[in-house]
Amino acid sequence: MLKIKDLHAGLEGKDILQGINLDVKAGEVHAIMGPNGSGKSTLASVVAGKEEFDITKGEIDFNDEDITEMDPEERAHKGIFLSFQYPVEIPGVSVTNFIKTAINETRKSQGLEDMPASEMLKMIKDKAAMLEIDRKFLSRSLNEGFSGGEKKRNEIFQMAMLEPKLAILDETDSGLDIDALKVVANGVNKLKSEDNAVLLITHYQRLLDYIVPDYVHVLMDGKIVKSGTKELAYELEEKGYDWIKEEMV
Amino acid sequence: MSFKDKLLSSYIALEDYLEFDSPLHDIRNEAIKNFEEKGFPTKKDEAWKYTSLKSLLKPDYSVYSNKERNVELKNVRKYFLHEIDTYKLVFVDGVYSSFLSETTHDTLDVCLMSAALNKSKYKPVIEAYFNKTAKSDSLTSLNTAFTKEGAYIHIPAHKEVEKPIEIINFSTGNEDAIFLQPRNLIVVGENAHVQIIERHQSLSNNEVLTNSVTEIFAEKRAYVDYYKIQNDVSTASLIDNTYISQQRDTVCRVHTFSFGGKLVRNNLNYFQHGEHTDSTLKGITILEGKQHVDHNTLVHHTAPNCESHQDYKGLFAEASIGVFNGKIVVEKDAQKIDAFQQNNNILIDDKATINAKPQLEIFADDVKCSHGCTIGQFDEEALFYLRSRGIGLKESRALLMYAFANTVLESVKIPELKTRINKLIANKIGVSLGFEL
Repeated sequence: MLKIKDLHAGLEGKDILQGINLDVKAGEVHAIMGPNGSGKSTLASVVAGKEEFDITKGEIDFNDEDITEMDPEERAHKGIFLSFQYPVEIPGVSVTNFIKTAINETRKSQGLEDMPASEMLKMIKDKAAMLEIDRKFLSRSLNEGFSGGEKKRNEIFQMAMLEPKLAILDETDSGLDIDALKVVANGVNKLKSEDNAVLLITHYQRLLDYIVPDYVHVLMDGKIVKSGTKELAYELEEKGYDWIKEEMV
Repeated sequence: MSFKDKLLSSYIALEDYLEFDSPLHDIRNEAIKNFEEKGFPTKKDEAWKYTSLKSLLKPDYSVYSNKERNVELKNVRKYFLHEIDTYKLVFVDGVYSSFLSETTHDTLDVCLMSAALNKSKYKPVIEAYFNKTAKSDSLTSLNTAFTKEGAYIHIPAHKEVEKPIEIINFSTGNEDAIFLQPRNLIVVGENAHVQIIERHQSLSNNEVLTNSVTEIFAEKRAYVDYYKIQNDVSTASLIDNTYISQQRDTVCRVHTFSFGGKLVRNNLNYFQHGEHTDSTLKGITILEGKQHVDHNTLVHHTAPNCESHQDYKGLFAEASIGVFNGKIVVEKDAQKIDAFQQNNNILIDDKATINAKPQLEIFADDVKCSHGCTIGQFDEEALFYLRSRGIGLKESRALLMYAFANTVLESVKIPELKTRINKLIANKIGVSLGFEL
């Protein structure tokens, strides 16, 4: 599904990603772990199409199509979703109106009519219930005055509504207490199927107790330096990242 | 002959028709003398540094139009907020249209300045209030000298006006160029409440220059909610001089929505005369092309324990120019004042300009005064967030513009007006967002 080949990307002449190779197949969950500043969030943003980053080398393929130069909205239409670490506040636009706009823009790109209002309402109701989101919450301005946990839950709600093929969750666990983490993880697990894939970006192993990855990759200084199964995550939790550095030397 | 000379000689002609021995005549004479001395402001005047009237003074304006001025309701209906649920004072080329208006004398007066100036029963009110603010301003003086028509609104004490009052000035374009000087007087009695909507609308692409003066007097505990809709055609210019005098415990709010017109200058002046007064000034300006809008505000605090809130948002596309000049004066006796001023601007294109100048003159020592001014571009992170949800660049920008302007919009208290302005904003931004903004 997602194939990243020798990806180099940076910001204002500074290299951040220095040759990433990654292959994520449908039905898989991959976790990218790594210390602060290793390039985890940059990788998430570059896959979603953030234009500030310059891609100097390499290629990103999605379902056998080169998307390296594609606009973020086009990638979204093709089924890529990024759950933001810091979701942006949009005053005056309700969660419901925002998600309606996002869904219908995507449908428009596929030559479809707007989703009928009754269908939309039912879907909103079902997904909100799944994530234990209160109805009142949906009429509030998008992310405005939301707590950290509410923002993250709202991200997963959007994911549930948009039903992406590839969901990238950037530090979705940060700022969540354990109960909220369980609800969010439970939501992600319910959305998981043989046809879609999840890329988890995280600093801690904690999230991986609830969303179990098939593969764990360690990102350091812009490179994937070690890959393994979920056991690698426990090892990292126990020993930190220094031993990998030493192993590399 | 310069426009100024033309106006001076028009005044002499006007004098023949005027009430000679009345105090009003003296006021007019004094005013024309002041205008003759000072003339039109130029960029040399500090308050006009960023706005030049020069090109506006070139056309050969008709000062008294006597051409046909019929307007059909079906052509102007869209400019009314409501066909039935508002009082309306409609003027066409400066002349009252009884056909389009809905006035009243039932417990409150919503009628004409010409009637108020000429009928003896209004004399006490005219003597008490007319031209009692800002005598020294030359453009205001010019209007005073020629005062003939406009809105006269008098709300008696304890009266809560049940529906909004619309003041609409149409120009037909039957003259190649027309100069209009509406004069409004609004007196809101003790503990009375009123909502007013003012609009200037040209119905053609001929030149229009309007020099409007509105005086508003709020007696103690009065509540005044005033909305200015400036969405005129690109050949119409407006100089709006509004003076608000507040007695104790009053609330006066003015929202200015500037989306259209060639050049608009808003001189919005608040004078607080009693304790616990609240002045609110808010505006959304969205410009494109070569439009020029200048907000020149003054809040004069003379009494203690008062508040003022200013919140102006501006979005400037193409080669448009915005000016914000916000002055707050806190006199020595005006202790415990909370004065807040905020002006945020987004420049959408490289050629757009904003000149922002906050001015604080504080002579009291125990006051809370804050002001903030920002000039920026779109927040790239926010744009990326919206686009990553599948919303196109143009629509994402529109959503951000809407979100940016929202703090001003959310305090509009007339629901139909809010819907109307939402639509104007959506039109102005040029997208359909798939839901009602």
